[in-house]
Amino acid sequence: MAWQSLDVKRLSATTSEPPGVREPATGTVAKLIDVSRCIGCKACQTACMEWNDLRDEIGVNTGVYDNPHDLTEHSWTVMRFTEYENSQGNLEWLIRKDGCMHCEDPGCLKACPSPGAIVQYTNGIVDFHQENCIGCGNCITGCPFNIPRMSSERRVYKCTLCSDRVAVGQEPACVKTCPTGAIVFGTKEDMKQHAAERIVDLKERGFENAGLYDPPGVGGTHVMYVLHHADRPSLYAGLPQDPHISPVVRLWKGVAKPIGLAIMALTALAGFFHYTRVGPNEVTAEDEAAARDEVRRMRGEPPEERSDERR
Amino acid sequence: MKDDEPQLIERYTPNERSNHWITAICFILLALSGLAMFHPSMTFLYAVLGGGQWTRILHPFIGVIMFVSFLILALRFWHHNYLDRDDIQWMKQMGDVINNREDKLPEIGRYNAGQKLLFFAMVVCLVLLLLSGIVIWRRYFSLYFPIEIIRLSALVHAIAAFVLICGIIVHIYAALWVKGSIGAMTRGYVTWGWARKHHPRWFRESIK
Repeated sequence: MAWQSLDVKRLSATTSEPPGVREPATGTVAKLIDVSRCIGCKACQTACMEWNDLRDEIGVNTGVYDNPHDLTEHSWTVMRFTEYENSQGNLEWLIRKDGCMHCEDPGCLKACPSPGAIVQYTNGIVDFHQENCIGCGNCITGCPFNIPRMSSERRVYKCTLCSDRVAVGQEPACVKTCPTGAIVFGTKEDMKQHAAERIVDLKERGFENAGLYDPPGVGGTHVMYVLHHADRPSLYAGLPQDPHISPVVRLWKGVAKPIGLAIMALTALAGFFHYTRVGPNEVTAEDEAAARDEVRRMRGEPPEERSDERR
Repeated sequence: MKDDEPQLIERYTPNERSNHWITAICFILLALSGLAMFHPSMTFLYAVLGGGQWTRILHPFIGVIMFVSFLILALRFWHHNYLDRDDIQWMKQMGDVINNREDKLPEIGRYNAGQKLLFFAMVVCLVLLLLSGIVIWRRYFSLYFPIEIIRLSALVHAIAAFVLICGIIVHIYAALWVKGSIGAMTRGYVTWGWARKHHPRWFRESIK
């Protein structure tokens, strides 16, 4: 999406600061997904397809409700269905709408080596600009949630949080369409308040571990969940307990790079200064004469006549 | 024997020279395109291989060519690079080495200790670069590896590349510093004086 419609907070592979005078006065935005209200109708998936003009390949049924089975470059959101038997022996059908979490500290953006291929707007949305994407897949390596997907033309795609809609004051397409109000959208503060009310309600109804999923390990997210079992997010099709950018990725994309670059430059500079201080190591005419003398001795030939004597 | 023209010894055969320069050309392309991906301040180097997408496409293929070429080169020169006791003495006299006081150093054979250590450092780096490079080659191989291995490989690839680039900077500088070395790899020959001064043991073996 065009940058001018939303202001930029961070750009991939860019060390200078992007223009950032305009800040949203009401703070960042967030999408709140109340898992306890989701009926698994997949209307959000359909709305996503419609608004973004995406049509995935028709797959095959493998005996689960997930359709498609996984996120793809054409399916930016997928409902993941989990059948969970609780401690009372009752079945709970946990349905989580999976997709990009729009991390405040995005691992994809940190790992990306292409300037401006990944953008974080001042409203918190993390967006991919495929025209700048080089297809290396580093964002996939950096993501703690396994979200970005590579297309056959070697560009990576994921949920944009409908940045184009949000830019003109509309909610994301999935929010617009959700028939039960399980998905809501607004400022992050408002969404936290809304979640707090929902959590009180869920606790009253016996879900004592109900809570908000806004993981601090990635600085919080701009897509949050209300979970009935917030103490065990992994119940919901493997939602990470404590997601964070891998320390390996942090090292790879953090201090190692500027230090590495500095040492390389210093190595080259050390050579230059060695040359200008100590100077080259040259072979002189005397060295050549000594070598010839030595060969003559080795071969038992008479010693060399000096060429100046010959003249 | 003419006295006014320096006598020559062959140091590298045409095949060895071609082998070296194929590896070297690959290295230059890989280092420049790799640095583009290494740090934001180097992204202007994406232009070397024709932009980001072409850099991503070509870098791994050039890498495979470099590895194969280097492997042949390493097998050719492996037996010249065994370290011995004189090499340890050479390393202890680093001050004499960098100040051009070669007369004080132990007699050097075909290669000095610095060249030998660099040789093995390059061997280690090239193996690490190949293995980690395969893992992070998304187009064909990444799908066979778990994410933790891919993350680790990206880090290993960057570290090995860093060590190799520093090593090659030293290698190139040494060739500029020790006059007559570049001719050995471009024309194949060094003078007797060069050989006797820098590699006396090799000089005597070659003259016999």
